[in-house]
Amino acid sequence: MVGSILPAVLHGVELRRGGRRILGPVSLTLAAGGVTVVMGPNGAGKTSLLRVLHGIERITAGSVVWQGAQAQVRARQAFVFQAPIMMRRSVLDCIAYPLRLDGMRRAPARARAAEAAARVGLGGLLGQHAPFLSGGEKQKLALARALIRAPEVLFLDEPCANLDGRATRDIEAILLAARDQGTRIVMSTHDLGQARRLADDVLFVYEGRVVDAAPRAAFFAAAQSPQAQAYLKGDLLP
Amino acid sequence: MNDILDGLWQAARLVAMLDSDLVEITALSLRVSLGATLFAALIGLPLGAWLAVNRFALRRLVIAVLNALMGLPPVAVGLIVYVLFSRSGPLGVLGLLFTPTVMVIAQVIIITPIIASIAHQAIRELWADYHDLLISLNASRGQRIRALLWDGRRALLTASLAGFGRAIGEVGAIMIVGGNIDHATRVLTTAIALETGKGEFGMALALGFVLIGLAVAVNLTVHRLSRTERGSRW
Repeated sequence: MVGSILPAVLHGVELRRGGRRILGPVSLTLAAGGVTVVMGPNGAGKTSLLRVLHGIERITAGSVVWQGAQAQVRARQAFVFQAPIMMRRSVLDCIAYPLRLDGMRRAPARARAAEAAARVGLGGLLGQHAPFLSGGEKQKLALARALIRAPEVLFLDEPCANLDGRATRDIEAILLAARDQGTRIVMSTHDLGQARRLADDVLFVYEGRVVDAAPRAAFFAAAQSPQAQAYLKGDLLP
Repeated sequence: MNDILDGLWQAARLVAMLDSDLVEITALSLRVSLGATLFAALIGLPLGAWLAVNRFALRRLVIAVLNALMGLPPVAVGLIVYVLFSRSGPLGVLGLLFTPTVMVIAQVIIITPIIASIAHQAIRELWADYHDLLISLNASRGQRIRALLWDGRRALLTASLAGFGRAIGEVGAIMIVGGNIDHATRVLTTAIALETGKGEFGMALALGFVLIGLAVAVNLTVHRLSRTERGSRW
């Protein structure tokens, strides 16, 4: 493997839209290895933080620095959106699409996509039109598509929102398998149980700022910020 | 009412006998309008997609102009093309006036805005859906447009058929630039205009029914082909 694109360093990042500050200032370092879970109430800036890290959001101030050349940095990341985006294609061609973008020919790309689909449990649906899949199946497709380039860093925005227990368990198993293969995972979630199961460390976001950052055990045992404490107790934050 | 029935009857007879004049002008109608649709689609579809994907200063203006050009009067287009290609005009040396080629050129000008505008509308919706994914996957501009054109092909087919519909029924421009010359540039619409002018309503109506039948047949064929290709999807 060529040099890692990690660590990523955010310095004084701010995101403003229409005069309103959505995020920031945020400064943090994303080091190699493990699963980082981003938590926080709705509208706190979890999605914006992930998008800024991934580089698909134009920041108003500050800097996001990855290691290595721009093209390489982008190619080694993948993002799974909260509402999975389904191309109007078959399941097989949807999953193969990132490889096709890289210039791989159709036949080998489809062969790799078929393997990837089988790994996430979509092996029987290869010919289906992707927009016709169920919610859980769409999320699995998005995961398979995100993992097919073997990204070094995988972002997921609430990958299990609106999924039932079984689909959630399937997705978590895929994520842990990816982590064990060395994929750095950064994901947001509302689900405290999921955060406990998956996180190596936690970022707690509140009103656009990272107010707490700690390893999982420390975070759940004794969160530093009053907002995170309240959130963990189940209080509704203002 | 009798005239119309007579026209229908005559149309049926012409078609049944495969009247050689009828076959000739029908074939030319198809050649000119399908050719124009092909070229207009090659220009209009990528143009529509490009307008949907790119943000630039004059974008709104360009789209507004494009929409306005959908109502371009064929007679005016024909006149301008005529002047451009006439002996003394800037493109006169090409010697294309009163040939099927210049008829295609005139129709391309008329229907490209229609195809581009409808394509832009459809692609814009698809792009709103695909935007984050294609950006995230780091697709190049060309790759984005290709993905949108391919996945939006159904809507683009409709855009092209709208263009074809306008071309096949168009008479003002091709009358002027083609000249309605027998065995050279006579097509169904110009023949209808001529027969009507001569007072030959039966013949004119017959040709009119053939024209309508032709437009319906082309649309049905295209829809049939595209459906068998993709099964029940969409």
